[in-house]
Amino acid sequence: MNKASTSHTADAATKDVYILAIETSCDETSVAIVKNGKEVIVNHVASQIETHKAFGGVVPEVASRQHVECITLLIEQTIAESGLQAEELDAIAVTEGPGLVGALLVGIMAAKALAFALDKPLIGTHHIAGHIYANQLVEEIQYPAIALVVSGGHTEIVRLEREGRFQVIGQTRDDAVGEAYDKVARSLGFPYPGGPHVDKAAQASDTATPLPRVWLEEGSYDFSLSGLKSAVLNVVNQSRMKNEEVDSGSIARGFQDSVVEVLVAKAVRAVHEYGGKQLLLCGGVAANGGLRKALQASCEAQQIPLVIPPMKYCTDNAAMIGAAAYVKWTHGEFSDLFIKGEPGMSLEAWSVQ
Amino acid sequence: MKKDVQADETLIRQWISHSEADTAALAEYFAKLAHPGTVIALDGDLGAGKTKFSQSFAAALGVKGIVNSPTFTLIKEYEGRLPLYHMDVYRISQDEAEDLGLEEYFEGAGVSLVEWASIIPDLLPTYILHLRIEHTGGDARIIHCEGIGTPYTEWVANLPVSQ
Repeated sequence: MNKASTSHTADAATKDVYILAIETSCDETSVAIVKNGKEVIVNHVASQIETHKAFGGVVPEVASRQHVECITLLIEQTIAESGLQAEELDAIAVTEGPGLVGALLVGIMAAKALAFALDKPLIGTHHIAGHIYANQLVEEIQYPAIALVVSGGHTEIVRLEREGRFQVIGQTRDDAVGEAYDKVARSLGFPYPGGPHVDKAAQASDTATPLPRVWLEEGSYDFSLSGLKSAVLNVVNQSRMKNEEVDSGSIARGFQDSVVEVLVAKAVRAVHEYGGKQLLLCGGVAANGGLRKALQASCEAQQIPLVIPPMKYCTDNAAMIGAAAYVKWTHGEFSDLFIKGEPGMSLEAWSVQ
Repeated sequence: MKKDVQADETLIRQWISHSEADTAALAEYFAKLAHPGTVIALDGDLGAGKTKFSQSFAAALGVKGIVNSPTFTLIKEYEGRLPLYHMDVYRISQDEAEDLGLEEYFEGAGVSLVEWASIIPDLLPTYILHLRIEHTGGDARIIHCEGIGTPYTEWVANLPVSQ
């Protein structure tokens, strides 16, 4: 990331800033135009989930091919619907990582071409910063803030001491929450994507199979899901060996209770320890009803302002990338045209200077 | 095309593991022997301990920090004494994996560790170390170690006696 001239910063105070953002890190091809980092002008998402259902998961080559097929159309459509001329855009933002490298590259190449052709600055953006800044589309983030990021590939607690400064204070040591849900769903025979089925079955069940809570060392904000996953598999296997019916509702509830209790407790503890003014819930697993309810109840009881973006901004989308990129814009930090996909990109390193 | 493997080019032995520490000892043994281009195929049911093995292996290879499941991202790269390419093909089919360019990793400067490798038999190199983790109840595991070709048969032949 180059530190460029600060003339853009000066502009930002006087004039509205329109950023066109592109997100292709995984399943979704998405293009958006965001005004001043918080107002979504247009946000289009072309999901590939139907295709992936047939394979039981994200398929990188299918993902890349489908991104290629629809990216230009989506860009054209987004600009047309915004009522803006392409020349009126102030910057082009794109997810630089983490993600599947082939998928990331499609968006990055499109963004570079657009930035070069229009002679606009390029802002390579961190996908998780995007998930966190999705909250800015809902309300102004108050710092210091704590973000709980939960998705298929991520389970992290991030501290934002001030705007654009990220510190990962906890993360999963093995499986991500969304992944654990998918694997538990598969063992219970639910279709892909399995998370919502587990959530639904859990909320409908009156009984909960007792399962362990994994807290790790005292004071740790890390998570470990693989032991819980193994415990679920043990229960399922034992029922099968005894020829008993697998009580999938009760197991789903036991699993969800365990996951949610640990997530909520650690997130709330982080808010207290770091004096967080807000707790931001981010990522696709924010759709989980059990998690939302428990988090809402806990935050209400402890008077912690909880922000949850609407679902369309929790799952992968380009509007959130535009929101995060705006932070870089205001600090005058831009990317050069040499950026390439960074599958293991560090969030902390992406912080503003 | 993959070469046919001759019968005298394979050697199978079992490693009896009573605990995570026993499994880690096996991972350390192989990590010490690893060289650029080493390919280790890992199989075993959900929860058998593939990722656990990979974590011990990575630590013994000198990888610092957290090594977590690559299921979602498919390939994660780490730096230790050698680069470590940690892969997981759980979510995909062999046809789909064909386009991932795995051979570049297998022939690269690091060590490839492939979870759920039996999904992609045709994409693996001819000569590999194949480990199959069998969960035998509680913390106990039997790890079936199959060396295929040089130097993997020697690695298996020289396995320390497990407890």
